[in-house]
Amino acid sequence: MAIPIRRRAADITAFAFATAATVFGLVWLFWILWTTLMHGAEALTPTLFKEMTPPPGVSGGGLLNAFYGSAVMILVGLVIGAPLGVAAGTFLAEHGRNTRLASLVSFVNDILLSAPSIIVGLFFYELVVRPMGHFSGFAGALALAMILLPIVVRTTEESLRLIPDTMREAGFALGLPRWRVTRQILYKAGLSAILTGILLGVARIAGETAPLLFTALNNQFWSASLNAPLANVPVVIWQFAMSPYDDWQKLAWAGAFVLTVVVLVLNILVRLLARKGKQR
Amino acid sequence: MNATLARESEVAPSPLQKSGAGADKLFQLITAGAAWLVLVLLVGIALSMAWGGRLAFQTFGWHFITGKDWDVGASKFGALVPIYGTLVTSAIALIIAVPVSIGIALFLTDIAPRWSRAPIAIAIELLAAIPSIIYGMWGLFLFAPFMATHIEPWLSEHLGNKPVIGALFSGPPIGIGMLTAGIVLGIMVLPFIASVAREVFNAVPAPLRESAVALGSTRWEVLRNVTLPYTRSAVIGAIFLGLGRALGETMAVTFVLGNAHDLSASLLMPSNSIAAAIANEFTEADTDLYRSSLIALGFLLFVVTFIVLTIAKLMLLRMNRQYGRTS
Repeated sequence: MAIPIRRRAADITAFAFATAATVFGLVWLFWILWTTLMHGAEALTPTLFKEMTPPPGVSGGGLLNAFYGSAVMILVGLVIGAPLGVAAGTFLAEHGRNTRLASLVSFVNDILLSAPSIIVGLFFYELVVRPMGHFSGFAGALALAMILLPIVVRTTEESLRLIPDTMREAGFALGLPRWRVTRQILYKAGLSAILTGILLGVARIAGETAPLLFTALNNQFWSASLNAPLANVPVVIWQFAMSPYDDWQKLAWAGAFVLTVVVLVLNILVRLLARKGKQR
Repeated sequence: MNATLARESEVAPSPLQKSGAGADKLFQLITAGAAWLVLVLLVGIALSMAWGGRLAFQTFGWHFITGKDWDVGASKFGALVPIYGTLVTSAIALIIAVPVSIGIALFLTDIAPRWSRAPIAIAIELLAAIPSIIYGMWGLFLFAPFMATHIEPWLSEHLGNKPVIGALFSGPPIGIGMLTAGIVLGIMVLPFIASVAREVFNAVPAPLRESAVALGSTRWEVLRNVTLPYTRSAVIGAIFLGLGRALGETMAVTFVLGNAHDLSASLLMPSNSIAAAIANEFTEADTDLYRSSLIALGFLLFVVTFIVLTIAKLMLLRMNRQYGRTS
């Protein structure tokens, strides 16, 4: 029985549209990556990692202080956010499983996960910067920790839930207390999945700009203090890209290049780790 | 009897368990504390935004939302323009992202050769991984000029003089404006909608689709009459999730929206959004009222995204409950 031509036409149209939509999506990805890589590679010089951000109108210079500041803030954010996230995720999946609190927190966590990051910046401005009276790298690190937290909570909860209950029962049968079952059995079994989640979170906070605008601000000079404004790659990119100076724009592209490469590599690493975890 | 039981339960814990009792309680406390922290942070954000913005709300009342003048010199702040810009750019984003992401989900579940599905899905997900500041730079230096030279002249020439929609597409083709920002936002949110849609399309039970095929449905009819109705609440949830992202997106919009506090009907004109206004002006805000007005904007944004994301989450949960999915 032949399908009437109108129905067949609808079918073909829908499928052509779906294919076109996918091509449409991929075109942007390649256009954006291509631009960043081309402009960035052009601006990439060895001095990028050796010199500080230059004053306006001066050619040369690098982003050393920005790279350092970003690395420090990501690290501090990681040290604060990741343990808290793993602990909260453990509560949702294990120690508070099926309690009202756990389901409420799980719900709220999903909202925090998608909440506008600029609000996080404003929050830590009110909470840290205003009482302290000045911008600081510490405030920036706290803001990044808060962006990281819900990501780690979610992935920890999910990876612990995937572990079969027989593992827990085996631990209890050995007479282990609950916390040692969690620590010595569940964390070991879920290790690669939890680490994957943390890595995913790092990839996310590495590129975050909005929460740093009013917390870490920026610093044109070398500063290693967390108690003072701290230079960082995203905010430097923002300021330099918006500036009318060619040299600054070039440095912005170089920074964008490094940022994109880092984020992409982390994302691909996460997927490889996840696949390896599944195969095992 | 009871006494015996009680004594037995005292004996029952193994030495290991006994020694761990205190530690067990501590561990429970730490994890519960971390979970509470998540709650406290959300409530803390709401309270601190409301507190920080109280001066603006007290001074302007409802006019803060309905007033269209944002005059720093006169200390008069009405947020209508950024609110309007946020809503319009997000609407444009959804108009683009919804059909495209459903198309992508369909392509990845039904059309693409099996070997190519995972790589294409990963590539689409990478769109969500690119930092928004990169979208912003690309938007400012490449996409906006592209719009200005290729798309916008055509729009204003062919649509700018039509009776009703003409007002939307009139004005000089400068590339920076609500249309450009909306398109960039659309690209940024489409991976979020597409990945949820793909997941739920895959979760439709095969027998349901197969019976539709057996009844003679074309694949398009399977999508329209079986897959979409079955996954409706989750797809709506995914759309709200995308909307929540679009409303709060900051950096990319800041680059391509133009930071203009003028209300204009044309999509080709520069405008402002809540997030972009905060990002651009907060560090320059030199009076208490100015700063408070920007925090009040943040409060509005938080409330709106909170509502949108709650709806999204409820719709996604509903699909799980209806069909007993656990993941």
